[in-house]
Amino acid sequence: MQPPPEVVHWMFGTGFVFLGLCLLAETIVGRAVWRRRSWRAYLWPGVAFLMGVLMWPVMVFYTSSAIHMLAHSVWAQSMMLAGAAQLGLVRGKLRNPLWELTVPLALAVSGGAFLIHEQNPWLFSRAAFLHHALGWTALAGALITLGLFARPRSALFSVGFATVFLTFGVLLFCDRNVAPIFGHLSPLAGAR
Amino acid sequence: MRIDAELVREGAPARARQSRRHTAVSALGPLTALAGLVWALLQPYRVTLLEPNAHSFWYLAIQPPLLVILAGAVFHFWVVPGLLTDLEQAEQEET
Repeated sequence: MQPPPEVVHWMFGTGFVFLGLCLLAETIVGRAVWRRRSWRAYLWPGVAFLMGVLMWPVMVFYTSSAIHMLAHSVWAQSMMLAGAAQLGLVRGKLRNPLWELTVPLALAVSGGAFLIHEQNPWLFSRAAFLHHALGWTALAGALITLGLFARPRSALFSVGFATVFLTFGVLLFCDRNVAPIFGHLSPLAGAR
Repeated sequence: MRIDAELVREGAPARARQSRRHTAVSALGPLTALAGLVWALLQPYRVTLLEPNAHSFWYLAIQPPLLVILAGAVFHFWVVPGLLTDLEQAEQEET
């Protein structure tokens, strides 16, 4: 009854699309309006933290090599760190604005984990391509969130932040267990 | 009377800007659901319910185009109504 890996990726993709929509809505209405109801303020950090928690069973049940397992644990810890720090900031338990830097840190570490653990080139298979694309998207997201830290009211950086999550969602929805990418699939990856 | 007219003139652009925010937030969920629908039309084989006997449980339970529609619907029906109410209140307070 264990879901296939691609199905798990699609479920995480749904979470990222939902997060992206929330962040986009927050950008449109402004943070003051978005936080008029406290549950909304907790929504994106809470979902990010939950996705980090759910990444642990993925690490336990789906990884077939040490480097793959380490990458998944890095993503789990990154999402939990960013989500928890944001929850603390929203709640008021954390007051130092430097805690905001946990988001770019999490994205940078996650992007590095994507790029380091994927040892095949871009067109080796669909999964390899998506790992590279996700890694570079996360690194771009780290730069965008650094910009957002420097200029918290910038609509450009806010939209960019939401777009990073929507892009994560789209890329995760593109994942298949074994599939070619732009017509390429290495025989080592399962091509017949 | 002249003061009222000036207030109306000054308030009109603000209301137009605010209504654009209202429209934009209202459109996010339906546009997402539309994207899922277009995906389902472009790749009907991803909608496994069309062939229920050919797939196992997980592929019937989790179908990407339907998940996109679901994400848009949950956002639209759960998050947006309260957000629009708060936005309207904020706009009234601004004016």
